[in-house]
Amino acid sequence: MRSGVIAEKVGMMSLFQENGTQIPVTVLKIDSTVVDVRTMERDGYVAVQLGHGKAKTKNVAKPQLGHFAKAKVEPKKTLVEFRVSEDCVLPVGAELSATHFVVGQKVDVTGVSIGKGYAGVMKKYHFGGDNATHGVSRTHRAGGSTGQREWPGKVFKNVKMPGQMGNKQVTVQNLEVVSIDEARNLVMVKGSVPGFDSSIVTIKDSVKISKQPTLPVPAGLKATAVETSAETEVKE
Amino acid sequence: MNLIKELENEQVAKLGKNIPSFKAGDTVKVMYKIVEDKGRERLQAYEGVCIARHNDGLNSTIVVRKISFGEGVERIFPIYSPNVASIEVVRRGKVRRSKLYYLRKLFGKAARIAEDKETQE
Repeated sequence: MRSGVIAEKVGMMSLFQENGTQIPVTVLKIDSTVVDVRTMERDGYVAVQLGHGKAKTKNVAKPQLGHFAKAKVEPKKTLVEFRVSEDCVLPVGAELSATHFVVGQKVDVTGVSIGKGYAGVMKKYHFGGDNATHGVSRTHRAGGSTGQREWPGKVFKNVKMPGQMGNKQVTVQNLEVVSIDEARNLVMVKGSVPGFDSSIVTIKDSVKISKQPTLPVPAGLKATAVETSAETEVKE
Repeated sequence: MNLIKELENEQVAKLGKNIPSFKAGDTVKVMYKIVEDKGRERLQAYEGVCIARHNDGLNSTIVVRKISFGEGVERIFPIYSPNVASIEVVRRGKVRRSKLYYLRKLFGKAARIAEDKETQE
């Protein structure tokens, strides 16, 4: 199992295919550096911890600064752990690039959806609401009945009611990778992705698709990053 | 520059389309690619008055209106689409609006547009 990557949602645009069809794509900018590795011996599971963005040193607590110093990387704004198999463990300091993904493969994208606040059932669950006229008084957007009478004498769990809408973690599965841009570290996926522009999302290989094109194992790294990590290994 | 706009401009450059300069009021002839059954391709001409031009990089579109068998027909063409093979300016019109939606209410003589003989390409 390969590592996922952390990316920034740049925005959406459309692309013309050669046959004239227009497809909607979301542009994602990858920025992921390996900050730490979890090992079976020490932690009981295998994972890589990736960092995204750049945090101001004055805003990072000293214990975390030590954590970044140990990895010899700049302080990161976001840290995310990805479970990986033993053969996909990455060296600390390695930077993942857009070549981690292959055109035509399917990916799952996880992000935090745009928050809509405390929403009523008409907006949240597309309830029909009540009549505007015909003697309806003071209720036009109410949800109506929430259950039965003395029996069962309670409101069942999971009944759709007003409440917080959006601003929660959402995963969109099986999005196709339409193109990659190695120079700028961009990945274009077909369709929409949760969250607002400039929000942070994670991209992983699809869990439900078994037939993927050949993917780079253990990961697609930035060329320079690979060289420098190789050099440091030699020095040690 | 905004990264999305940059990528769109690259797409525009990649498509390498040569679009003549024209504006609302001009009569244009759009050659549109049609795929018939058995995968054969041919070009279909659609000639009419451009009543609106929406300039937005890759997503630019034009609205072309014509009267077909006594019935007004409007088609929206994404001008950078590979299906739009070519756009040709047939006649330059002299108008004082950028969007000629008022033509929809008019027909016959009232829907004519004076020719602009001064504007050169």
